Amino acid sequence: MTFPALSFLDRSHSIAPPGWSRWLVPPAALSIHLAIGQVYAWSVFKAPLEESLGLSGTQSALPFQLGIVMLGLSAAFGGTVVERRGPRWAMFVAATCFSAGFCVSALGVASGQYWLVVVGYGVIGGVGLGIGYISPVSTLIKWFPDRPGMATGIAIMGFGGGALIASPWSSQMLSSFGTGTGGIATTFLVHGLAYGAFMLVGVLLVRVPPEGWRPPGAPSGAAGRPARRGMITTADVSANNAIRTPQFWLLWVVLCLNVTAGIGILEKAAPMITEFFAETSAPVGVGAAAGFVGLLSLTNMIGRFVWSSTSDVIGRRNIYRVYLGVGAALYLVIALATNSSKIVFVLSAMLIISFYGGGFATIPAYLKDLFGTYQVGAIHGRLLTAWSTAGVLGPLIVNAIADSQEAAGRQGPALYTTSLFIMAGLLIAGFVANELVRPVHPRFHEPAGGSTRTEAVSGEAVSGKEAGSR
Amino acid sequence: MTEPAPRRRTALLVAVWLWVGLPFAYGVAELVRKVVQLFS
Repeated sequence: MTFPALSFLDRSHSIAPPGWSRWLVPPAALSIHLAIGQVYAWSVFKAPLEESLGLSGTQSALPFQLGIVMLGLSAAFGGTVVERRGPRWAMFVAATCFSAGFCVSALGVASGQYWLVVVGYGVIGGVGLGIGYISPVSTLIKWFPDRPGMATGIAIMGFGGGALIASPWSSQMLSSFGTGTGGIATTFLVHGLAYGAFMLVGVLLVRVPPEGWRPPGAPSGAAGRPARRGMITTADVSANNAIRTPQFWLLWVVLCLNVTAGIGILEKAAPMITEFFAETSAPVGVGAAAGFVGLLSLTNMIGRFVWSSTSDVIGRRNIYRVYLGVGAALYLVIALATNSSKIVFVLSAMLIISFYGGGFATIPAYLKDLFGTYQVGAIHGRLLTAWSTAGVLGPLIVNAIADSQEAAGRQGPALYTTSLFIMAGLLIAGFVANELVRPVHPRFHEPAGGSTRTEAVSGEAVSGKEAGSR
Repeated sequence: MTEPAPRRRTALLVAVWLWVGLPFAYGVAELVRKVVQLFS
């Protein structure tokens, strides 16, 4: 069954008219990512929900956890549909699901049916998170073939920025409406309506470039491809073929280990800095520890834009060498310096977290370099399962080791030293995986177009034929 | 009278960047305010 009224959502109806500025596309992407980034501010609702509905901490975390699981699943399984139907359709689905998730949750709180909050925010909203996260990636890369890292960096920085907006905004709303069931339900309803309207601007604004479009100043026939160092293919690989290549799984390992190492610090940041310097002449109080967490949020967000943009200049493999190699060295610095210098600890942690954010933001451009633009959004969606895995691994390692060290009677930096060495080891393993990445074998390339060649620059990449013999 | 297309596009560009930029700036300002408060 078709709905003619919704035909404007089709890819064919969202082709940019002549003269359309590509700088209108990042705000369309940001209107989605700034909204769905709210998920990281879910903790604002935890205490009011626990108090008003008599929930445990585990129960109040369920909508968030389910939302993250659904993000991974819908990004992995919905990516191909998103590529086929186009960004406007995907953004519309994301806006509808994310907004409806809040409205169903409002109904759940108002009626005292908590399962509706879990289904509403976690399942329905979670689908909106996953589809929304991947919706602009492919389109941005097609509009910015000369600066794909910068373009996806802007969008994915928005995901980090979403929590910065939602956290104070949701808190203020709860203060105004109250933290009883009525107040929370009203807050959820306002969130649903406001986010729906905010995301709708992205739906209306997004455009795909017309066939053969090139960025201003791009040399004819090069489709705006940057002729710099690195492995940049002009061939296309489908999402189904991509997961059969070693390159996909090497990048999966790279992303998983980089995120695992970052989450290790991010998840325990406040107790870690407090316990590290507890025995020193200048211990860190609860307030300063919260400020440290705020600083890490800021560098996480800035890293997404700055490092991803830098990758357009120095190449994707080189930037991951920095994330993984320098990151490992910084973990060792923290482990060896212990509590001798607060400045060294804070600066090292800030850099590590900026690399963590950069790793997220640069991966779509790395995928584009290796697999082309054909189904890069769908490939990115499947790669996000690495994020879900790391989300479990990172906290598990740090918490389990800290608990066992505490049980053994240790305190201060000794609680975390083993974890820090493990994180450095994980990053070194990721560094090795990154070194093993080679251009994709031509047998995985799509036949259409016939332009299946791999660019070799700076002696780093070889032709597709040679690469296949490795 | 129809406005020239480039001028309309510039106005649209400014409007949509403000649409996403203002909430983002609010979020960053709130964060910076908290960090400054906590360390001062």
